[in-house]
Amino acid sequence: MTWSVETVERTGTFQLAGEAQGAALVLSQALSFWGGVDAETGDITDHSHPDLGQNVAGRILVMPSGRGSSSSSSVLAEAIRRGTAPAGIILERPDPILAVGAIVAEFLYDISMPLVVCDTSGIVSGDRIAISPGEDAQAMVSKI
Amino acid sequence: MTLELNAGDQSMLQGGQGPAVAAAMKILVAFSNAVGARELLDIAGAHIDGCLYHGQASLDFVERLVEGDGHVRVPTTLNVGSFDLIHPRLVKMPPSQEAPARRLMKAHLELGCQATFTCAPYQTRFRPSFGEQIAWGESNAIVFANSVIGARTNRYGDFIDLCCAMTGRAPAWGLHLSDNRRGQILFKLTGSDLEPSDSLFVAVGLIIGQGSGDRIPVISGLPRPRDEDQLKALGAAAATTGAVALFHAVSITPEANTLEEAFHGMAPEETIRITHTDLDHALARLSSVPDGTPLAAVSLGTPHFSHDEWMRLLPLLQKVAPGRGIPIYVNTGRATLTRLHDEGALDGMEAFGLIPVADTCTYVTAIIKRLDGVVMTNSGKWAHYAPGNIGVSVAFADMKDCIHSAAVGHVVRGAR
Repeated sequence: MTWSVETVERTGTFQLAGEAQGAALVLSQALSFWGGVDAETGDITDHSHPDLGQNVAGRILVMPSGRGSSSSSSVLAEAIRRGTAPAGIILERPDPILAVGAIVAEFLYDISMPLVVCDTSGIVSGDRIAISPGEDAQAMVSKI
Repeated sequence: MTLELNAGDQSMLQGGQGPAVAAAMKILVAFSNAVGARELLDIAGAHIDGCLYHGQASLDFVERLVEGDGHVRVPTTLNVGSFDLIHPRLVKMPPSQEAPARRLMKAHLELGCQATFTCAPYQTRFRPSFGEQIAWGESNAIVFANSVIGARTNRYGDFIDLCCAMTGRAPAWGLHLSDNRRGQILFKLTGSDLEPSDSLFVAVGLIIGQGSGDRIPVISGLPRPRDEDQLKALGAAAATTGAVALFHAVSITPEANTLEEAFHGMAPEETIRITHTDLDHALARLSSVPDGTPLAAVSLGTPHFSHDEWMRLLPLLQKVAPGRGIPIYVNTGRATLTRLHDEGALDGMEAFGLIPVADTCTYVTAIIKRLDGVVMTNSGKWAHYAPGNIGVSVAFADMKDCIHSAAVGHVVRGAR
């Protein structure tokens, strides 16, 4: 399905609040950062993942959920430190492991990579997506 | 469903206990919200799997807690590091890696953690008791605490184990709660003539790890283990091939006096039979070389060798007397090692090639001198991870075969 709605604007829940803009990278399958993303480059390195070879740096990463080992927290925090992490992450379901990585990186480096839980339908790779805080601390996700 | 914090939690969050505790509580609250917990609960202890150096961010985190005058609030043990602080010359590491690896271990001590550096904290004086709430990292320790002791922990990892230790709190969810400890899938061992050999327990662990997914496995038909070390090996193997955090073995483990108790009176969602053939196949996959292959080394003690295991190994070494220059590495906790030294138990043992390793493990750091040959082990976990981690070929066998192989210089099995 290549169809994309003209305007995407919806509210979601922040697992970590922040503002971000970037081109969407929509993954059909959950990605484990540990063993799946090279923190030095942002490349997806999981050989069993359909998006092997794509790069997450600076993108708005959109996927159904997190996956895998708790070491993914460290890898995400390290990627945020190095500037190879996504600009923001949008998930269908909350993920404790990615939340911890993002929160730790904000605590250590004052870099807020927003992590949002919301409906991801209608977003396709390449869409320019903005994440911003809305009313009542809700997350606003819009296509720009 | 929102998280309710009590007055103590609120005080920590708002900085009443200092900036390090505030940061730990903030992270813990976010994690608890993400897993859907409604409240936090008190823990009696923690075990931190944070001493293996994985990158700057992990070290920065611990350093910030140290700078914020952080201190753990409950007795807290430490998992292995990348370095053997007792035998520093054993590990061959470039100085650029050694400095942060050592600092990471030391920074945890400055937070008030205990210098246990063992993956088997259940062998130390910090062993939890039945029903106690704890927050543990390290997969084999988690499954042992839940299954063999009946203490209660989820699979905690990166950063969160330390946040629990710094606050003395954990999210009230998952295996902390009785209802979530119910068995879901039944593994039935068939055949009445099963010998309780060390290998049998490893094989059963490998199979239930692979077959359980995120369900809690119950094993029936398992012969009574000789001691808890056999259950340690089973759990470590299950947490290697799968994500098992708790298993029940009917009439063996403390929450499974009967099949009915293990399943909380409900029916298994699925039943899987384990035959002799399944057991043989599971073990065969651990060895990548045929019998007769020349041996480079033996590695025992993954998870860390207990005092009981030493008491079986040492007479075996004296009887078989290997001495062909094949090193026999034995990973163990420093407390166990101290006890052995106090007993004089290791005197003269180096003649047989024995090299005790403390604080770390032969598959996470550069210890083994020759990586071009075959290493023999009695550990399902070591056999699974070592080829990927350090690039060796592995032959799996019971301890007795490992020692006899060291004596003749090549892989032999079925030694008497």
